[in-house]
Amino acid sequence: MSDVTLVSKAGKKKASIGKARRAGLPNWLYGWVLPVIVLALWEAASALGLVSDSALPAPSKIAKAFWQLALTGALADHVTSSAIRAGGGFLLGGATGLLLGIFTGLGKWAEKTLDPTIQMLRTVPLLTLIPLFILWFGVGEFSKVLLIALGSFFPLYFHTHLGVRSADRKLYEVTRILQYSKLHLLTKLIIPAALPNILLGIRLSVGASWLLLAVAEMMGASAGVGYMIQDARVYAQTDIVFVGIILFALVGKLSDSVVRLVEKRCLRWNNSYKG
Amino acid sequence: MLNIERLNKTFAAPAGPIVALSNIRLQVEQGQFITFIGPSGCGKSTLLKIVAGIDTAYEGKVELNGKAITGPGVDKGFIFQEPRLFPWLNVEKNIAANLPLNNPQIRRQVDELIELVRLKGFEKAYPKELSGGMAQRVAIARALLRKPEILLLDEPFGALDAFTRAHLQEVLLDIWQNSKTTMLFVTHDLDEAVFLGEKVVIMNPRPGHIRNVIDIDLPYPRKRVGHSFQELRTRVLSEFEKVEQPPLVDQGAGI
Repeated sequence: MSDVTLVSKAGKKKASIGKARRAGLPNWLYGWVLPVIVLALWEAASALGLVSDSALPAPSKIAKAFWQLALTGALADHVTSSAIRAGGGFLLGGATGLLLGIFTGLGKWAEKTLDPTIQMLRTVPLLTLIPLFILWFGVGEFSKVLLIALGSFFPLYFHTHLGVRSADRKLYEVTRILQYSKLHLLTKLIIPAALPNILLGIRLSVGASWLLLAVAEMMGASAGVGYMIQDARVYAQTDIVFVGIILFALVGKLSDSVVRLVEKRCLRWNNSYKG
Repeated sequence: MLNIERLNKTFAAPAGPIVALSNIRLQVEQGQFITFIGPSGCGKSTLLKIVAGIDTAYEGKVELNGKAITGPGVDKGFIFQEPRLFPWLNVEKNIAANLPLNNPQIRRQVDELIELVRLKGFEKAYPKELSGGMAQRVAIARALLRKPEILLLDEPFGALDAFTRAHLQEVLLDIWQNSKTTMLFVTHDLDEAVFLGEKVVIMNPRPGHIRNVIDIDLPYPRKRVGHSFQELRTRVLSEFEKVEQPPLVDQGAGI
């Protein structure tokens, strides 16, 4: 037994040495290679005057604008008000999607009565609802949060529904023999079985909420990253537009990473192909 | 005591009803180890599912301790061919399943069972990290924790290799001798049936019925290579060879 492990360990070591020699990079660096090359080329092109400064300001100039906005505290203010909107909308829409998804997943009756309507609403492009929302609720916070909630509702609803339905019949048979209560059936079979799908739904919902946040803030606001971009456009401050875009990218990536971390922790048991 | 009388079971099929079980009559005393053997389609798994209460659409009398079986329950433990563990729970949590593991009494029983099925050191392992034989032992422990009156095993070792299977047969006999749980064990392996059972119930298909019940009067632990073992094995085997011949007239009585 110990011989075997020794041999396999040694084998692994050799293999990893071989790989390292070939690529010469630690694993986490791979993702940075392409962005760094693009940024370097971009900076060089700006320095050589190949691109106009008002259309495509140099990365260094964008970084400077970023730094200045951060120093005045304006950046933090915009990010905070955006995060509150997106978070509120996501919580509202996501929670509704999760509950309705479980509900229609559990019962044929609920599915038959609710699902066709939800499917129909899903096909309506959300952005066409903006005029209606403005007419009904004005351009205030409520219509923004509602738009974001609506956007984050659908992905979580579908994936929760799908996840509930993917619970294994054979395991259900086991829970019948072990006499699970209705509550245990939900908390100890259906929700854990649906968890991979639910977490995927959450990731998609978070993405949708950022997308709709940008739209909502551009339709009229007095704070937020989307507003900052819109405002900078009016004054032709291209560098600040870029700062806004970068902020969206950073916050989006950060929230996605958080969900993935949760996924990794909660789905350790998952025995699927990992590439 | 398990009492089955005049049990009939038909499946609806597009080509007309299929008789799965015909006029089954069987009495099993508390603590007995009964093995069921027969070719596929003889209804042995169906019979087990009826006793488990998973399948309740039948005619006739099926009683456990004088009470009709109306549904599944923990008093009738069931081991499937696959372990059917919850992939998101580790070994000890799979055994506890819906029972609280932080209850000291259940904690102690789970620890004892882990010892009994020889899984010490694997308490925290997830199903994907277990071999087929280990996973099946977890399933057995999960059923035993509920202190079943009767344990129903539907070809539990069918998917395992010969060595693991022989090992698990001994583990199962150990458990049986310690707990004195009534065992109904379905298999298609002749040696397994003779090695484990106090009685071997031989079943035949079309329609599924009991052909014969053979007592295996060998003391435990049994030796597979002994002369008397081989003699009994031959007797069971010869029952099957009779079946190959055209069915006798009185066999159709159940239809």
